[in-house]
Amino acid sequence: MKKNYLKKLCFLFFFALIGLSTYAQTGSISGKVVDETNQPLPGAAVFIEGTKISTQTDANGAYRLSSINYGNVFVTVSFIGYTNLTKEVSLSTTSTSLNFKLVPSAESLSEVVVIGYGTTRKSDVTGAITTVTSKDFTKGQITSPEQLIAGKVAGVQITQGSGAPGSSSTIRIRGSASLNSTNDPLIVVDGVPLASGGISGSANALALINPNDIESFTVLKDASATAIYGNRASNGVIIITTKKGVSGKAQITFNTNYSLATVANTTDILSADQFRDLVTNATIGGTVTEALKAKMGTSSTDWQNEIYENAATTDNNLSVSGSYKDLPYRISLGYLNQNGILTTGNLERVSLSGNLSPSFLKNTLKVNLNVKSSFSKNVFADESTVIGNSSNFDPTQPIYSGNTNFGGYFEHLDAASSTGLRGLAPRNPLSYLNLKDNTSDVSRMIGNLTLDYAIPHIKGLRANANLGYDIAKGSGNIIVSPTASFEYQRFKDENGIARSGQKNFYKQQKTNFVSDAYLNYLTDLKSIKSRIDLTGGIAYQEFTTQDYYFADYSYDEVKKPNSDPNFTYDEPQNRLFSIYGRMIYTFNDKYTLTTTVRSDASSRINSNDRVGIFPSAAFAWRIAEEKFLKSSTLISDLKLRLGYGVTGQQDGIANYSYQNTYNLSSATANYQLGNTFYAMYRPDGYNPNLKWETTATSNIALDYGFLKNRIYGTLDFYYKETSDLLSTVTQAAGTNFINEFTTNVGSMTNKGVEFMINTVAIDKKDFKLNFGFNATYNKNKITKLTLNNDSSYGYQTGSISGGTGNSIQINAVGSPINTFYVYQQVYDTEGKPLDNVFVDRNGDGQVTSSDLYKYKSPNADLFLGFNSSFTYKKWNGGFTMRANLNNYVYNNVASSTGTYRNVFNPLGYLNNASTDILNSEFSGDGDKYFLSDYYIQNASFLRMDNLNFGYSFGKVLKGKANLNVSGNIQNVFVITKYDGVDPEISGGIDNSFYPRPRTFSLGLNLGF
Amino acid sequence: MKKLILKTGLIMGIVSITMSSCKDNLNLAPLNDVTANVVYKDLTGYQLGLAKVYGSFALTGNTGPNGKSDIVGLDEGSNADYLRTFWKAQELSTDEAVVAWGDAGLQDFHNMNWTPENPFLKGHYQRGMYQITLVNEFLRQSTDGTVAGRGITGADATLIKSYRPEVRFLRAYQYWSLMDLFGNPPFTTEEDEIAGDPPKQIGRTALFNYIESELKEIEAELPANRTSEYYGRATKGAAQALLARLYLNATIYTGTSKYNDAVTYAKKVIDAGYTLNSNYRNLGLNDNNTSPESIFTINYDGQRTQLYGGTTFLSHAAVGGGMNASEYGLDYAWGGLRTTKALVSLFPGGATSSDKRANFFTTGQNLEIASLTTFTDGYAIPKFQNVTSAGVKGSNVTFLDADFPLFRLAEMYLIYAEATLRGGAGDSALALTYINNLKTRAYGNSTGAVASLTLDLILDERARELYWEGHRRTDLIRYDKFTTGTYLWPWKGGVKDGKAVDSYRNLYPIPSADISANSNLVQNSGYN
Repeated sequence: MKKNYLKKLCFLFFFALIGLSTYAQTGSISGKVVDETNQPLPGAAVFIEGTKISTQTDANGAYRLSSINYGNVFVTVSFIGYTNLTKEVSLSTTSTSLNFKLVPSAESLSEVVVIGYGTTRKSDVTGAITTVTSKDFTKGQITSPEQLIAGKVAGVQITQGSGAPGSSSTIRIRGSASLNSTNDPLIVVDGVPLASGGISGSANALALINPNDIESFTVLKDASATAIYGNRASNGVIIITTKKGVSGKAQITFNTNYSLATVANTTDILSADQFRDLVTNATIGGTVTEALKAKMGTSSTDWQNEIYENAATTDNNLSVSGSYKDLPYRISLGYLNQNGILTTGNLERVSLSGNLSPSFLKNTLKVNLNVKSSFSKNVFADESTVIGNSSNFDPTQPIYSGNTNFGGYFEHLDAASSTGLRGLAPRNPLSYLNLKDNTSDVSRMIGNLTLDYAIPHIKGLRANANLGYDIAKGSGNIIVSPTASFEYQRFKDENGIARSGQKNFYKQQKTNFVSDAYLNYLTDLKSIKSRIDLTGGIAYQEFTTQDYYFADYSYDEVKKPNSDPNFTYDEPQNRLFSIYGRMIYTFNDKYTLTTTVRSDASSRINSNDRVGIFPSAAFAWRIAEEKFLKSSTLISDLKLRLGYGVTGQQDGIANYSYQNTYNLSSATANYQLGNTFYAMYRPDGYNPNLKWETTATSNIALDYGFLKNRIYGTLDFYYKETSDLLSTVTQAAGTNFINEFTTNVGSMTNKGVEFMINTVAIDKKDFKLNFGFNATYNKNKITKLTLNNDSSYGYQTGSISGGTGNSIQINAVGSPINTFYVYQQVYDTEGKPLDNVFVDRNGDGQVTSSDLYKYKSPNADLFLGFNSSFTYKKWNGGFTMRANLNNYVYNNVASSTGTYRNVFNPLGYLNNASTDILNSEFSGDGDKYFLSDYYIQNASFLRMDNLNFGYSFGKVLKGKANLNVSGNIQNVFVITKYDGVDPEISGGIDNSFYPRPRTFSLGLNLGF
Repeated sequence: MKKLILKTGLIMGIVSITMSSCKDNLNLAPLNDVTANVVYKDLTGYQLGLAKVYGSFALTGNTGPNGKSDIVGLDEGSNADYLRTFWKAQELSTDEAVVAWGDAGLQDFHNMNWTPENPFLKGHYQRGMYQITLVNEFLRQSTDGTVAGRGITGADATLIKSYRPEVRFLRAYQYWSLMDLFGNPPFTTEEDEIAGDPPKQIGRTALFNYIESELKEIEAELPANRTSEYYGRATKGAAQALLARLYLNATIYTGTSKYNDAVTYAKKVIDAGYTLNSNYRNLGLNDNNTSPESIFTINYDGQRTQLYGGTTFLSHAAVGGGMNASEYGLDYAWGGLRTTKALVSLFPGGATSSDKRANFFTTGQNLEIASLTTFTDGYAIPKFQNVTSAGVKGSNVTFLDADFPLFRLAEMYLIYAEATLRGGAGDSALALTYINNLKTRAYGNSTGAVASLTLDLILDERARELYWEGHRRTDLIRYDKFTTGTYLWPWKGGVKDGKAVDSYRNLYPIPSADISANSNLVQNSGYN
C-alpha cells in the first residue's frame, strides 16, 4: 500500500510537469485483461490515473485507451473481487501494448464489499458474507436472477420451484428460522429492499429482473451482517447490485441465446398395455366390478406424451455502456421468449434498464440513477390439474371423442348427471390446455436515485441519501371456452339458464416506496494505528397493495348470481420506520470490531410493542498478518471471525392483525331469518399482542488461503435460535373468535457448518483449471411450541391429495420442521407391503391415529455444491453440480393413484395408476394407507445443474468485434433412488410436479 | 456549484422531514373491515350481527361455499360445518350409516376407535364453542346500556332487545349438543371477555341445570309465532322442544330422571299447533320450508347460503353406484353414505316395506357390507334431495335449498310416548295415538297401527321415523345399546359381525387441541 501511495505521489509530480509543458503529442494504449486463470475479464474498468481517460474491457477482456499524452502514465485496472492493478508505462509511440493479469482480492485491503447501507473493505469484514460476481455466475439459459448463484454459496439453498417458465424459486439461507412466517430472505436491489411475495400474474417477482443486468450478489448470512436490516433480516439478506456505466468509449455488447428444453423425465405410470393387463386380470371384489371393467376403451394414449413437448427459448440482450462527455451511462435491452415444456405455457419478457452515474463538484457529489423496468406477458397452462390428470387419465381412451361435445375431447360421461359428465371424474388433460386461456401482463419498475456527498472541510464525512421505488402491476384474463367440460354448465343465471365457461379478469398493483439517508464518517488515525468507520441513518419504507375484485362471468359474459364482491377495491398497506447505526473499528489492520444497531417501528404491530431494537457485534482477527505467519509461504490468508446478533422477522404478520375488525360475508354466505336473507358481520379473531419473531445468531468462522491463495475458502459454524416463534396455537375454545391463530410462543434452533474451498488446480499459460466445493450441514429442531412448554405438542401440516383433510407432516417439539408423521407399514417376508396392515405402535390392540409416528424430514441435512471451470487456449468450459443428502419425499402420486380403488373408481370410471401399484397391489380401501411410511422415500440426489463449453474466436468483422460462442446443457443428469419424477421437491410432497426440463442452449456473444 | 449544494441540502431536508412526519403515521387501519362500533351503529348492523350468530351453524365461513372459514386448521368443507360433523358423530357411529371415504378419522366413527385427534370431532367441538362465543359477544353488544349509548332508541331498541332470548336459545342448543357428545365442555358466558382466562368445566349436571334454567327463562320471552316471518328463528316451540329432549335424556346427563318434565314439554309443543307433514318423503326436499311439522330448522339456500356441508352433503354423499344423480336434482354423486342391514330390517318387509319411510335404493347395492369403503355395499338412502315435492329441480345443482329440521313434531310424539312409558305422567292412550299418527302417515292407512307400546318398539320407531336426522347415537345410549354387546350391527367396533366396545365411548373425547390449549380441562375417562 505504501508503495502505491508513493507511486501516486510520483505520478502527481509527473503530471504537474507534463501540465507545465505544452508538448502534447498523443498515443494509445491497448491490451488485454485476464484473471488469475488467464480467462478474459470483460467489463473491467481501465483508466489513466489523474485523467478522465477511461474505458472498460470488452467481452474478450480487451481494451483500448486513446488520446493519451506522451510520457509516463499510470494505467489502473479495477474489477470487483480483484485487487486493483496499476502499471506504469512510458508512452512514446502511437500505440503501446499493455496486458494485465488480476488476482483475486482475498487479501486485498482496497477491495470493497457491499454491506447494508454502505461498503467496507474486504479485510474489515467480520460477518458471514459471500459475494458472487458476474464472472462466477452460472452460465447458459438463466431467466431468473437467483438461478445465477444456485449451488455456488455454502449455506444458501436455491430450489427452482418447477420447470414452468417464470416459476419462483425457494431460497433458504441457513435453514428455516420460521414455521408460520416466511423463510424467504430479504432481497435488496441497488438499495431498494423488495416486498416479499409475487404479484397477480407472476409468482416470481424476481423473474421480472433481467439476470444480464446483474453485477453481483452479496449474501449476508449471519446476524452480525444482517442485523442492520432489523426486523426483516432473520432469514438472511441478499443484496443485488446491478451493472453501472463506466466512463470511456462506448462498449456495445450483444448476446443471444437459443435453447431447447426437452422433457427430462415423466411420472412412472402404467402404459396402456400394462393398464389393460391390470384391469383385465383384476379379481372381482371390493371396488373391482364387471361394470367398471367394461368401461375400458380400445385406444392407447400416452397422456404425458401429449401434454409435453420440446420447447424453444430465445434470450437476447443488448447493452451499451460508456460515457457521454462526463456522464457515465449504461443502457440495456433484453428480450426473452420462453416456452414451457407443458404445451401452451409461455413467458415473454422485454426488459429495459438504464443507469446514469455522474459526479459533480470535483467528484465530491456522486449521483447514481438506476431504472430497471420489465414488461412480461405470461401464458399459463393449468399446470397442476393438467399434470395431475395426465397421470390419472384412463390410457385406453382416445384424445378425441369423434363428436363435437366438450370441444371434441373425450370425457368420462354419465347420461344420468345433469351435465352429461361423470361427476368428480378427472377431465381430459388436453382440454385444459386448449380450452382455457390464462394470460397475464405484468410490468415492474424498480428505480432509485442515490446522492453521495463528501461534505467539504470535514475529511471522511459523507452524506448519502437514497430515494427508491418499486412498482409492480399485474393483470390478466381467464377465458374458458363454453364447451370446456371442466366448466360446463358452471352456474345457473338469474333466469335459471345454465351458463358455461368463463371470461374473467384480475388485477393487482404493488407499490413500495423507500427513502433513507445516512451519514458516514471514515477516518484513519495513523498515530494510534486505528481506522474508524461510523455510519448512522434513518429509513422509511411504505408498502401498498392495490387489490381489485370483480364479479364472476360466464364465457358469454353473464354474471354469476351473487358473485358481486362486497368490495371492489382494497388497499392494504404497511409502513416501517427505522434508525440504524454501525461502527467498524480496525486496529493495526489486524483486529476489527463491528457493532451495529437498528431500531424498527412497524405499523403491523400494536403501538406498545411496535418498536424493536436489533443489535449485533462481531470481531475479526487477521491471523495471517501476525509476525509468526506473515512470512509463511504456505498460509497466505487466515482470518478468525466471531459474531453475534439479533434479527427479526415481521413478514409473516398480516398488516392489521392486531386489530379487532368485523368482516362482511359474501353474497353466497347469507343467512335466512324469516323471509329475509341477511349478510353476516363476523368479528374476526385477532391477536392484539402479535409481534415479530426474533432470531439470535452466533457465528464462528475461519477464512483461509494457502499458497498465495491458490487454495482459499471459509469454514463457518453457526447457531441460530429463534424465539417468539410464531406458532399456530389453538386458543382455549370460547376465548376468541377463531380457534387457532399464530402467537409468539415457540422457539426453534438451527445449527450448522458451512465449508467452502476453491482451488486453482492447474495454472499454466495455456491451461487453467479451477475447482470449487462447498458443503452445508444444517440441523433444525423445534424446541417449543406452546405457552406451557408442552414437550409432546405438535400440529399436523402438509396437506396431501387423497381423502379430505389428510396431512402427512407434523411440526412437533423435538423434531425438525415438517417432519413426516405416518403409520408404520408392515411387510411380508418377501418385502412386499401388506395392504392396510400397520404396526400398532402403542400396543393398545388397534391401529388408530395414536399410532402415527414421526419419521424423517423433507429437508436435507447435508447440501453439497461442486463447480469447476477451465480454459485451454481459446476454449473454456465448466460445470456446476449439487447434491442433497437425506432429504425425504412423500410420493403423493403413488399414494393417490397407485391403488385398485383409484383404478376402479367407485364413482363409475377407470383411472390410470402409478406403476407403484404393481409393487404394492394396495386395494385403496380404508383410510390409513395414504399415511403409510411406505410412501416416504429417500430422495437424496446428485444433480449436474449446468455443463458449459465456449470458444473465443477473437476479432471478427475486420477486427471491429470480438466473438465468443458457447454451448450449454442445464439439468444434465440427476442420480437418485427416488421413484418420482424429481427428487428435489420443496416441502417434500410430490404431487403433480411440473418436471424440470433438460435444456440445451447455444449462445453467441459479440462485443464492439 | 453553490446551487448544487443547496439542492442537495434541500433534498436531504425533504427526505428527513418526510421521514419524521411518517414516524407518527404508523397507525394504519384496514379499508373495508370495520370495528364493532361501526358495525353496531344501527338496527341493520345488529341484524347483520344476529345473522352471523345464527348463520354460524349453517355456513362454514364468511365466503360461500368456502374461503373464509370460521374454523381454521381443518378442512372447511368436511370438518368445519356444524351439521355435517354432528351428523357424522351421531349417525356414522351407529347402525344407521356407513361411509365409503378415506378422509382422516372418518372410518373411526363406525369402527368405534376414534381418538382425541379426530378432525371431525375437533371441528364439531370448535364449531359449537364458536357459536357460543358469538352469542356471548352479541349479548355484550346488545345490553340496554350499550344500545342506548349508540343512540339507538324506540322500536329499533326494542327489536334489538328481542333478539337476546333468540341468541340465548342458540347458546343453550349448542351447550346441549356439546353436553350430549362430549359430556363436560368448557363453560363460558357473556360475563367472560374475549382473550380472557381459559374457561373451566362445570360438570355435566351443572351444565344440564344451566341449559334448563336458560331455556325456562327465555321460554316466556320468545315469540310463540309460527308464521313465515319467524321461520328459522328460535321461538317458544324451539325452547320447549329442546327442554323435552333434554328431560328425556336427563338420566344419562345427570343420573336423575325427568320424565314428567319431558312429557310436559313435549305436550306443550304438540299443542302449539304444529301438524304432521302429510307426506313423510317431503321432509327432506327443497320445499321443506313449508312443512307444518318443523319446529326449528337450519336454513340453506342454493344461491345465498352455500357450503359443502348441511343438506348439500347429506344429498350428494348419499348418491353413488347406479343412482342417477340428476334424478335427485344433483350435478354429481359423491358416493359416500349408505346404511347397514340393521336399519333395513327394522322395516317389515325390508326395503320393499309398506312403510313408506323405507326409502332405500337397492339396485346394484348389496345389503351385506363386505367393505365399508365400497359404496355398493349397503343400501343407499336418498332421503335428502335437490328437488321440490312437485319434482322441480333446485335453483343450484350443487347447493341445496332444503333445510334441516333440528326439531320436528314427530320427535315430540315419540318423546311423549317414551317418557310416558318410562314412568312420566303422560296419558298412555294419547301416547299410543301419537305413535299411530306416525304409523298412519307412514303406511298411508291404518294397516301399520299398533295396539300397545313397548320401549323397544319406540326405539325402533324412532329409527324408522328419525333415521339420518342426527338422533341415533343419543337414542342407543339412552337404551344402553351403543357400546354394549346387547345390540350389534354390521362392523360395529370394526368387526364384520359387530362387537362391544368400551363403555367410555358413550362420550366422545374432548379434542386434544383444546386439552393442550386449556389447562383447566379434564379429559373424559378412557381417553388419556
